[in-house]
Amino acid sequence: MTQSMRYKSISSINGPLIVVSNVQGVKLNELVEIEVGEETKIGQVIELQGNVAIIQVLQGTAGISVGQSYVRFTGDTLKIPVSEEVIGRTLNGLGKAIDGGPEVVGEKFDVNGAPINPVMRLPPKDFIQTGISVIDGLMSVIRGQKLPIFSGYGLPHNLIVSQIVRQAKLLRKQESFAVVFSALGISNEEADFFRVELERANILDRTVFILNLQSDSTIERIVAPRVALTVAEYLAFEKDYHVLVITSDMSNYCEALREVSLARNEIPGRRGYPGYMYSDLATIYERAGIVSGKKGSITQIPVLSMPDDDITHPIPDLTGYITEGQIVLSRSLHLSGIYPPVNVLASLSRLMKDGIGKGYTREDHFEIYARLFSAYAEGLRNKELSSILGEETLTLEERQYVKFAEAFEKKFINQGVDEERSIDETLDLGLEVLSILK
Amino acid sequence: MREGRITRVSGFVVVAEGIPFPMMNEVVLVGEAGLIGEINKISGSKVSIQVYEETTGLKCGDKVVALGRLLSAELGPGVLSQVYDGLQRPLSEIAELAGSFVRAGVKSKRLDHEKKWHFVPVKEPPSKVYGGEIIGRVMENELIEHRILIPPNVKGSLVSLVNEGDYTVVDTIAKVKATTGEEIEVRMAHEWPVKVPRPFVEKLNPDEPLITGIRVIDFMFPIVKGGTSAMPGPFGSGKTVTLQQISKQTDADVVIYVGCGERGNEMADLLEKYKTLTDFRSGRPLVERSVIIANTSNMPVAARESSIFLGVTIAEYFRDMGYNVALIADSTSRWAEALRELSSRMEELPGEEGFPAYLASRLQGFYSRAGKVKTLSGKIGSLAIMGAVSPPGGDFSEPVTQKTIQTVKVFWGLDPDLAYKRHFPAINWLQSYSLYVENVSVWWELNVSERWRILRENLLSVLKEEDELMQIVRLIGSGALSERERAILEIARVIREVLLKQNALDINEAYSDPKKTLAIAEVIDYYREQLLEAVSNNVSLEKILSLNLGREIEKLKTLPLDKCLEESFKLKEKIVVEVSTLPSLVKA
Repeated sequence: MTQSMRYKSISSINGPLIVVSNVQGVKLNELVEIEVGEETKIGQVIELQGNVAIIQVLQGTAGISVGQSYVRFTGDTLKIPVSEEVIGRTLNGLGKAIDGGPEVVGEKFDVNGAPINPVMRLPPKDFIQTGISVIDGLMSVIRGQKLPIFSGYGLPHNLIVSQIVRQAKLLRKQESFAVVFSALGISNEEADFFRVELERANILDRTVFILNLQSDSTIERIVAPRVALTVAEYLAFEKDYHVLVITSDMSNYCEALREVSLARNEIPGRRGYPGYMYSDLATIYERAGIVSGKKGSITQIPVLSMPDDDITHPIPDLTGYITEGQIVLSRSLHLSGIYPPVNVLASLSRLMKDGIGKGYTREDHFEIYARLFSAYAEGLRNKELSSILGEETLTLEERQYVKFAEAFEKKFINQGVDEERSIDETLDLGLEVLSILK
Repeated sequence: MREGRITRVSGFVVVAEGIPFPMMNEVVLVGEAGLIGEINKISGSKVSIQVYEETTGLKCGDKVVALGRLLSAELGPGVLSQVYDGLQRPLSEIAELAGSFVRAGVKSKRLDHEKKWHFVPVKEPPSKVYGGEIIGRVMENELIEHRILIPPNVKGSLVSLVNEGDYTVVDTIAKVKATTGEEIEVRMAHEWPVKVPRPFVEKLNPDEPLITGIRVIDFMFPIVKGGTSAMPGPFGSGKTVTLQQISKQTDADVVIYVGCGERGNEMADLLEKYKTLTDFRSGRPLVERSVIIANTSNMPVAARESSIFLGVTIAEYFRDMGYNVALIADSTSRWAEALRELSSRMEELPGEEGFPAYLASRLQGFYSRAGKVKTLSGKIGSLAIMGAVSPPGGDFSEPVTQKTIQTVKVFWGLDPDLAYKRHFPAINWLQSYSLYVENVSVWWELNVSERWRILRENLLSVLKEEDELMQIVRLIGSGALSERERAILEIARVIREVLLKQNALDINEAYSDPKKTLAIAEVIDYYREQLLEAVSNNVSLEKILSLNLGREIEKLKTLPLDKCLEESFKLKEKIVVEVSTLPSLVKA
């Protein structure tokens, strides 16, 4: 019935929003198509007031005209077709193929998904070896986890992410895996970089690209990560894949959210971001996990830029409250030539305790982790004291810790972009730098 | 049927018109799917409704059916060991009905109406009964005796009561003739509106500590049975780990854990731990004394509100049976955010940072449901409420943290710097406080030692002095300190490392009995005395430190209680012998 409802009654246009009057039977979150000349733009109903519908247009409102453009209500929410064929393909932020190949066909899924029932979740336990010492040793990634990278403009998060994707493996099992990479508002060069890296690692044919580049519609960014996760959920929970979802850059997503919120005249929260940003981000991040009775899993590594390297900025702050830890990059380590420049003290993997040790990595893993961590913290503290008060004020023991901290950064944290260290190598290296203290 | 029509849909708020005589907080079914909602504003013929389920697909013109009752919990045998969503739907049943994902509109029973429980009457008809009186009992599991209450709003004379036997929660087990002459059928389960505090005779002064086994809490900043506390901290400071540890170790009889707007994997982990870990006091699985309410961050926002109220109502119900109940809410900030979103969608004037002006009164309303009370049945019960607070950017000056601190009696401030140093629990000892120190002194005196208060004061003052000294060190280096001041730093280090720091992951360390905690504090205080005395007698501090006594004290942490008491006596002797044999330096 509503399928055929076409209206010409757009009454106002404001940024990404259009208001359509005199409509009937329109549903919340319904998908709409707006005919603009030859082109069809799509949007979603975000609010209903009597016979007025407020629509968020996902592809930019340029060209839409009051009294000229037709709006058609489809009666359905935004759904995308998914099948196993999607692996190896490139889609736009709305799930349409843009690689010149045939359209993806398959069962249709609502991009918003549904929350995993907490009693159906299995606690994540399997250690993923990334081959990067600082991550594996001190903030291990566990399958089913959501562990973001908090980066800053100009820091090498892309290198780190691509190294993780290339090297990530489970220690014990060989199972089918897939990568879903969703580019949110990053440049074409950055997207190409990932493509080349994945090709180099020979896993391009296991990857799905969801591209919403800098030049694409900003509002489409609100949907793009949901498209990526819908693909991931299909592969993980219908087809038994272990899916690694990389999203870069979530800060651009939050900007889009703010744009829509302000256009709706909502009362802004901190720094103009909407008050519901926590809940909104949760509907993305919480789509990671393992579900009882299903073989696959979804692990998420979202990347976000901390504006002005400020970890208390709402974007990293709200993310950190939802995700199971964070990998924080440090500008000062980067400037001193350390790669990957991970700020060890500020980083954390909440699920690590359940996925390391005997039966997972090595029996002494936890102990080495704890010793490295506290010695490094001590070393940095002493280093700070010595830079204020002069080295001579430090005792011999305190100086040793300073030496340790330096060696830890140069030998343990620092490693090559193509260097892959097994967890054994990582832990042995940890013991080696610890021996400085004796 | 009282019906109306939707005239507006915005997020989880719906406006409807035409419902005859709508009631504030009345439950309504919204739209074709019959989504559960609650009326929270009435203006003329218009009502605003918060919908507790996903609102996608609602449209203007859809019907809204008013049910004529308030949002209620169903209370009776079968509540324990359950994992509920914010509307008291058992999540395991939702999984059976809807699969691995939670979908809107799923209808399920709150309690199992088919299961039979073995009921034992404890009252003889005919006799007078009053609301809240215990008329029978059911062993709900091997741990908890579920006492069957006359619903609080019923009183009169007990006409009949069934014999001992097996009954479902909806079978009539008693008939009460009310003073109005009406005959009321009483079942094992009864309904209670979640936003209305359950009645009691009187509040009592709470005087017994709620033992958590966490030294920095029990010893330094205690909470009482019936008390309130808040634990604010930025992400990564260990709120959830600490609160979950309390939930596992506390000596409360019943624990209600409300996961409000938090992580799904954490709830899964907690559930698994509750099933596999046993309560060391009873040897029974923790799940037998627990109810979990899980409304994770991606589940409908409005249901965060109901999850908090549902949790506190179930908690009061067990309190009314005469139990000591602990309610843990993680996190109250997510609840406050739900209030904010609701308020903004209803276009109310915003207060501080967009939160509604009634934020403070709602928080007070929630925490004021805690307390030690004389119940309607004459028993003594208590409900302690501990809430996590998640301040944006770790900034404690934000409204939710401030309004919460104003309300509660114990403040456990989590410190990101301590967390960065992996000092857990990261409760900052200079910032935190407990207003119950006076209340629990007698308990400590009678049950552990009369020295508790003095020890606590001694050790806290060392920590305060350390803080002042460290400010000097940061300015001019440790070279400027006297021997005595260095000794203070050493004692403070031992207090921090041994008494306050406690590894929740190490099974030998996670739970510290109050007697063990006190023994450790005694040794440290003794070490303090000896150290300061020796230094004042010009004994070289370096020599004392080379005895490595601090490390010896640290070993006490992982010892079981008996062994710890035994070793602590020996260690005191060792300290006095070794320190006193060191030569005194003669001043040049």
